Amino acid sequence: MIAPAKPDLVTVNIDGQEIAVPKGTNVIEAARLVNVDVPHYCYHPKLSVVGNCRMCLIEMGMPAVDPATKAPIMDPATGKQKINWIPRPQIGCGTNVSPGLHVKTTSPMVKDAREGVMEFLLINHPLDCPICDQAGECKLQEQATGYGRGYSRFVEQKNVKPKRTQLGPRVTLDDERCILCSRCIRFSKEIAQDDVLGFVDRGSYSTLTCYPGKKLENNYSLNTVDICPVGALTSTDFRFKMRVWFLKQTNAIDTESSVGANTLVWSREGTIYRITPRRNDEVNDTWLADSARVLYKAVKAADRLAATETIEVLVARAAALFKSTPGAIAVVGSARSTVEEQFFTRHLATALKASAQLVSRVGQGDKLLISADRNPNVRGALVTGLIKTLPAQQLTDLAAQIDAGKIKVVVAINEDLAAAGLTAAQLAKVSIVYLGAHANATSAAAKVVFPTLTVFEKSGTYVNQQFRIQKTLKAVPAAAGATDDLVVLAQLVAAAGGAALPAELGLLWKVIAAEVPALATMTFANLPETGLVLDATPYAALPFVEGETLHYKPAQPAVAAATA
Amino acid sequence: MNLKPETLSKIDEVITHYPTKRSATLPLLHLIQEDVGHLPPDTSEWVAAKLELQPINVLEVITFYPMFRQKPIGRRHIKVCRTLSCALLGGYKTCAAFEKEFHTHLGEVSPDGEVTVDFVECLASCGTAPVVMIDDELHEKVDCAKAKQLSDQIKAEAKKR
Amino acid sequence: MPAPEQHRIIFKHIDEPGYTNDIGCYLRNGGYEVLKKAVARKPEDIIDEVKKSGLRGRGGAGFPCGVKWGLVDRKSGKPIYLIVNADESEPGTFKDRYIMHQDPHQLIESTMISCFANNVKQAYIYIRGEMPHGARILEKAIAEARVANFVGPNILGTGYSCEIFVHRGAGAYICGEETGLIESLEGKRANPRIKPPYFPAVLGLYQCPTIVNNVETLCHVKYIAEHGGAEYAKIGTPGNTGTRIFCVSGHVQRPGYYEFPAGTITMGQLLNEVCGGPLPGRKFKAVIPGGSSAKILRFGERFKGKRKVGTELVDYDWGVEDVPMDFDSLGMIGTMGGSGGVIVMDDTVNMVEALANINAFYSHESCGQCTPCREGSLWMKKITSRMVHGQARNEDAALLKSVADQIPGRTICAFGEACSWPTQSFIAKFGDEFKQYPETKKTAKPADAVALV
Repeated sequence: MIAPAKPDLVTVNIDGQEIAVPKGTNVIEAARLVNVDVPHYCYHPKLSVVGNCRMCLIEMGMPAVDPATKAPIMDPATGKQKINWIPRPQIGCGTNVSPGLHVKTTSPMVKDAREGVMEFLLINHPLDCPICDQAGECKLQEQATGYGRGYSRFVEQKNVKPKRTQLGPRVTLDDERCILCSRCIRFSKEIAQDDVLGFVDRGSYSTLTCYPGKKLENNYSLNTVDICPVGALTSTDFRFKMRVWFLKQTNAIDTESSVGANTLVWSREGTIYRITPRRNDEVNDTWLADSARVLYKAVKAADRLAATETIEVLVARAAALFKSTPGAIAVVGSARSTVEEQFFTRHLATALKASAQLVSRVGQGDKLLISADRNPNVRGALVTGLIKTLPAQQLTDLAAQIDAGKIKVVVAINEDLAAAGLTAAQLAKVSIVYLGAHANATSAAAKVVFPTLTVFEKSGTYVNQQFRIQKTLKAVPAAAGATDDLVVLAQLVAAAGGAALPAELGLLWKVIAAEVPALATMTFANLPETGLVLDATPYAALPFVEGETLHYKPAQPAVAAATA
Repeated sequence: MNLKPETLSKIDEVITHYPTKRSATLPLLHLIQEDVGHLPPDTSEWVAAKLELQPINVLEVITFYPMFRQKPIGRRHIKVCRTLSCALLGGYKTCAAFEKEFHTHLGEVSPDGEVTVDFVECLASCGTAPVVMIDDELHEKVDCAKAKQLSDQIKAEAKKR
Repeated sequence: MPAPEQHRIIFKHIDEPGYTNDIGCYLRNGGYEVLKKAVARKPEDIIDEVKKSGLRGRGGAGFPCGVKWGLVDRKSGKPIYLIVNADESEPGTFKDRYIMHQDPHQLIESTMISCFANNVKQAYIYIRGEMPHGARILEKAIAEARVANFVGPNILGTGYSCEIFVHRGAGAYICGEETGLIESLEGKRANPRIKPPYFPAVLGLYQCPTIVNNVETLCHVKYIAEHGGAEYAKIGTPGNTGTRIFCVSGHVQRPGYYEFPAGTITMGQLLNEVCGGPLPGRKFKAVIPGGSSAKILRFGERFKGKRKVGTELVDYDWGVEDVPMDFDSLGMIGTMGGSGGVIVMDDTVNMVEALANINAFYSHESCGQCTPCREGSLWMKKITSRMVHGQARNEDAALLKSVADQIPGRTICAFGEACSWPTQSFIAKFGDEFKQYPETKKTAKPADAVALV
């Protein structure tokens, strides 16, 4: 790995703590580095700075110098250089560090300013926290604890604005709760590039609106809900479903493409209620596609497979098939499987002396967080040695071999062979061992079906388009009648005469580290939350299909493969 | 949007005044309002297409500036200054006089369709308070008597039509 | 001491019988001679003269014009724009209107001189939407000047080219704020920009260096270019050079505009002698000296302190009538010269109602972008409006003050000060009247009483 160039550092003093921060850092971010919270609403690290909420006002000063000689002016009382404090508060978001900058975030002036802003924000706010979805994660609620007056001096009529407006299929707006921070407008314009939101009218009557006749329906619309500091924008899907403080958060990965956006899965008692983005400045910043947020619905889908027999019975049946047709077995692994599952798949193929192939999925990249490669883990299969070349979209070779009678048994892992181009006749011609979470044509045709898990029910790793290996963790227990893919695969490997492999991740990673040179120094436990970038040079010649997305530029111009 | 040919040519000319088309937003809205009398519902989309913007960018502007109106008004627009210097010299009475003359209320089209009376903020002619703008004309020292006189004039013109 | 004579350099031809706003009349009166000479000079020389003149901006803030020009980033390689701020909107101010309507070529010539001095190739005159005739007059004047080769390509054969376009606002006071104006000129809502980083001199119109000057300020530049900065600085007093135009409105016998050497006339001279004093049978009660956002003065209050005269510190003990009408003296007594709009109120005025009128203005004009101004201005309006039209409470005065105190110094632009200073000063000066208002309301008003809100 190449160490990043050392940025110019600037030493600043925040509430008495000296810290060196990169040039260009603003006061809010600099303060964060010394664990000082500067409250704010409109500022968002990934959006342009507008400085409109005025919550981040801080007191600021610079070391005094003699105007003529530029010599430092010392303060006899402290023996240190005197600080010239600016008599009026400055916004932390719009103030970038400069050498010697002094900041006070707890002075009476700052407290007074914050209290003033809080009171102003609350006078026209409905205070309907008991029925507001944002309660528990509302910045206004949070800051009211520290800077609220505790009672209202406002006896006038509150402004009346539209309630329960559907901005689009997934986002609901309550204008009376809106504090006009403009984050959603800036997000739509700057990130989603779908400039449909804006303020109409003026002053305190300014009202957030979607252009009449248009809808906030782009695939990133729910990010406006994430970044809304109050309960103005809420998720229509999540609305009134659950209080957020009851929910458990689990780190996971968006599996809908090779971007590997980092996510948080919010669940309670085995039920997932929502998925939100988890910040990773190298991958998805603070954003997540709407389509990634509904993937959890697969967990309780009506077509979930459930076993009616024990796994031992199923394994024995598969083992019998393996034995009956030596040399005529094919393994279809998956680029949707985890690195660990792919490692097992390789072992299975080796044990069965079978060829292993994967199925490619290609779509149009959206230049943001969905790449052209709709598989989350093609690179994992390369790294584990499951494949050497990029997979094709159709299992053409396999089809030919089945037609020729050379293949009698197919082990299909997480892949619907019909969707990959095999005809019903071809499926009927072979004995299929199927591992998967949901029913499909392949499971229907299979001789042996192992119901396995969705990504939300298991832990593992994926390697994204940047060759960044990232961890996803189990959010909810396995569905009834389903078994962890690794447990099934371990038993199949054993049944095929392969080595005994541990299905427990901690133990398994010792085996992986020993066998896969690229992962030699890794353990599952020590993999950082933001992932680890692996050496991509061995694969530089491969024609990956991805075009440019957020934080990803293809090494060479993408091959015009995105045909969808 | 059904604009007069001369409006369309003025629109094309005014766009050339600026290095970025967006700057022509206010001029275009003025020209459309002068032509149509108000800004009809398709204005935002029309202007956005013309200036390579999104319609919301235009709607935000229309609703920010009080001179732009999205609803038709009476044939004449009577704008009475409400701000301090005019109020000190009877601006509120002047306004009430116009409302009474035309049996109307602030912001509404009078029953005869002749006028809309509005209160507006400072017209920057405080030395001749109270002042009233009737369409593009500024009228100075408009006390109740002068308001009556101006109203009579408007009514007389209406009769002639 | 009698009031000094008016000294009209900017308003020289305003209301002059027979003086018309066409170029012919302007040329007959020596028009464009200064521009002809200016374009033969080095641009830096003109900037130096402006610096020497001590000219302070006439839009409201009184910022030195030469310093403003000195801040312009001339090394960026980007074009430099000049915007004429003709969005005269501060209540009580009505000077630029007459320059533009009656003597537009004075503004065009001044603008061209300033453009030449600053190597500006494109200027815009941002005029209030409520001055449609003014816009047409300026457009006609620019067309005339273009024909005469004072505007446009290759001006007077010098190779220097500069265009001026008129841009109309549409009823937003906030466009008087220079960065709000720039946003508006870019075709957006007039939300003022944060500074840093968007100082117009560096990142102004289209993110290019930009000079925004008030109409009257630019007209002074022409006078300076003609007579030299040193000569100009001899008019008025040190630190308050040149002439000031006072716009007097409200309760005086002769409201109107009056141009005097800066700092040479007192409030008393202006109101009593020049404007003829109060209306018959009335007494002056209060005056706002620099546009409605300036802090109000109460007749009868006294101001004591020390001030610099030359190099010496001398004591002063002034009544409102004694205050010299210059930026520094008015600043010293806690208010400001602002835009020169003097609003006079006599003893018929109830100050709660007057403040309710002012608060209605500022809450209507707040752009709504930043919290303290957006919420504070409307809250103050709602309180004063309720006091007048609904129930007035004894505690409202203290509440008003407290709300107003939470605004200034905490907003994106100076509107925060503009909307809170009236409330702060009305309560400070007339707190008794606010406290008594619940009682006052019980007394029936005279039949001829004037409503203010």
